[in-house]
Amino acid sequence: MAAQRLDAGTARDLLATMWRIRRFEERMATLHQRLLVHGLIHLSIGSEGVAAGVCRQLRDDDEIYSGHRAHGHVLAKGAPMDRVMAELMGRSAGLCQGLGGSMHLVDVEHGVMGATGVVGGNLPMAAGGALAAKIRGGDQVTVVFFGDGAVQAGHFAETVNLAALWELPLILVCENNGMAEFTTRAEHTTVDSVCDVVAPYGFERQVVEGADVPKIWRAFNGYLEKARTGTGPFLLECKTHRRRGHYEGDPLASRNALNDAEWAKLDPIAQLEALATKRGWIEEESAQELTAAADAEVDRAIAFGRASEPLTPAEASQLVYARP
Amino acid sequence: MAREIPYIAAVNEAIAQEMARDDTVLFYGQDVAPSDEDPLVQSFGRDRVRVSPISETAEIGMAVGLALAGYRPIVELLMAEFMLVAMNQVTNEAPRLRYMSGGQVKVPLVLKAGYGFTAGWAGQHTGSIYTMFAGIPGLKVVLPSTPADAKGLMASAVRDDNPVVYLMHYLLVLEHGDVPEGEHLVPIGEAAVRRPGNDVTIVATGWTVGKALEAAEALAAEGVDAEVIDPRSLQPLDMPAILTSVEKTGHLVLADQATRHASAASIIAAEVAEHGFGSLKAPIKLVTALDATIPYSEPMEAFVLPDEHKIAGAVREVLGTASAVA
Repeated sequence: MAAQRLDAGTARDLLATMWRIRRFEERMATLHQRLLVHGLIHLSIGSEGVAAGVCRQLRDDDEIYSGHRAHGHVLAKGAPMDRVMAELMGRSAGLCQGLGGSMHLVDVEHGVMGATGVVGGNLPMAAGGALAAKIRGGDQVTVVFFGDGAVQAGHFAETVNLAALWELPLILVCENNGMAEFTTRAEHTTVDSVCDVVAPYGFERQVVEGADVPKIWRAFNGYLEKARTGTGPFLLECKTHRRRGHYEGDPLASRNALNDAEWAKLDPIAQLEALATKRGWIEEESAQELTAAADAEVDRAIAFGRASEPLTPAEASQLVYARP
Repeated sequence: MAREIPYIAAVNEAIAQEMARDDTVLFYGQDVAPSDEDPLVQSFGRDRVRVSPISETAEIGMAVGLALAGYRPIVELLMAEFMLVAMNQVTNEAPRLRYMSGGQVKVPLVLKAGYGFTAGWAGQHTGSIYTMFAGIPGLKVVLPSTPADAKGLMASAVRDDNPVVYLMHYLLVLEHGDVPEGEHLVPIGEAAVRRPGNDVTIVATGWTVGKALEAAEALAAEGVDAEVIDPRSLQPLDMPAILTSVEKTGHLVLADQATRHASAASIIAAEVAEHGFGSLKAPIKLVTALDATIPYSEPMEAFVLPDEHKIAGAVREVLGTASAVA
């Protein structure tokens, strides 16, 4: 079965999704600076194309696992923005009633099964989700998002080995932004690409540019079709640019600073907008409509979050253990 | 109908019965059922009974993912210490997901491992490291000390909707005892009074339960009536049962195979000091392993461990009868 090609409707959906993520995160940076959102926040500006290109092809019953930089994945998978916003504000109307926060977003209804703050800790859990699908015998697929920093950790090697050994319907999606927390890939390993790390296992893998959303979409579509038959794993390595620092407030954020022309080449939104305009998939006005709609949704989400109260200690204490 | 079988057979019986009862129960781990002739493989097939490579992080992490997806995995980990290489999954993922997700998910899984094999297995296969797990909110920890409890606590662990660390004691696996046939459940969180008594409370776990009972017999000959309580699980910990006993006896000795500062004894002592101080007629006494790595040498191994003589000696001390029998 050949992978499908991007069409106008899909391109518009991907653009709308990326703008929702971008506007949400830009506002998040401001809210964090103004202390309306507290705690540890990691933004994914620059890698929205991976979240959109992957998650928009998944069903609610397909599982994704994410990590500390999860906002984009979760929004693209279908989690309602107002509840994501309320979660980051620590309110009871949040996805996780305000107990998880930015790094631990879970939305079971939309297949967001877990996000971990321990780099790479999500990898074996995702393999477990894929094993469940295989045992059950359906066509569900599990996707795990991780950065190139996770690859040097032991859980990556263990998971890849088992996923290959048991041929699990697992799609590994690496956002290789060349930075592991605060330091560059060159300081962590001598292996250039993550695809090279898994090469001995022989499963299908490829490297794509993170700003090339049609390519991400197409490559993932091909893997998804195959994984739906209950086999795998696959690795999609996306070379992305991390526009902001490791976390909001990172004093070293400026080391990544690019000028506008350089950034435009690495910006998945700018790249897809240009292509979509050239192909006649969108007009200039509709691009502006997408950003305006995203802004309005973010405004509504902030109002929704503000209207909710934090959980009470008595309510939270009931959630430590599952009760019969 | 109960009949006498070994502790290890009781554990295996519970696993087989739970797998037969519930299709979502899976069993995998290192060296599990290496042959297709294995009775579990024969009964339940290779989808549900799997051999895994030596990859504790992946084995336990996959169990979390399976549990989130609706299965009830039992992971065979052989030695409690082997969980140490996967502590992120054991203590930082499995027990926290329910809470961090605001109660959206449950994580029913059993981490089955042996512990306390102080029979020449030296420094890394002998630890009683249960408080590393018992201190983590969201985890449950059970320590069966009899064949009947080995079965009943395994069945309850499999049916529990939370991650349970099931620690079987390697010095007890060949001990025989009466075990009910068919369904047998022991509630997690309920202590057992192994021997009723009025003069002193001895709380003991796992292998030290038998040592405490031996001490109680010796003390009975001296006219001391000791009560022996086995908490059976450390998380949840049945403090009401312990406090009730201390209220009756006024004296408390805690026997524990763990090293003193990582012992369940130290946790129970703190709880009794805070909530049962008014009942105490003498200071609490802890009889634990010394704060040392378990040595290989046989006499040194015995030196660092608690035993029935040390427990009886501690009882005499708290009762103020030590000099009378010395």
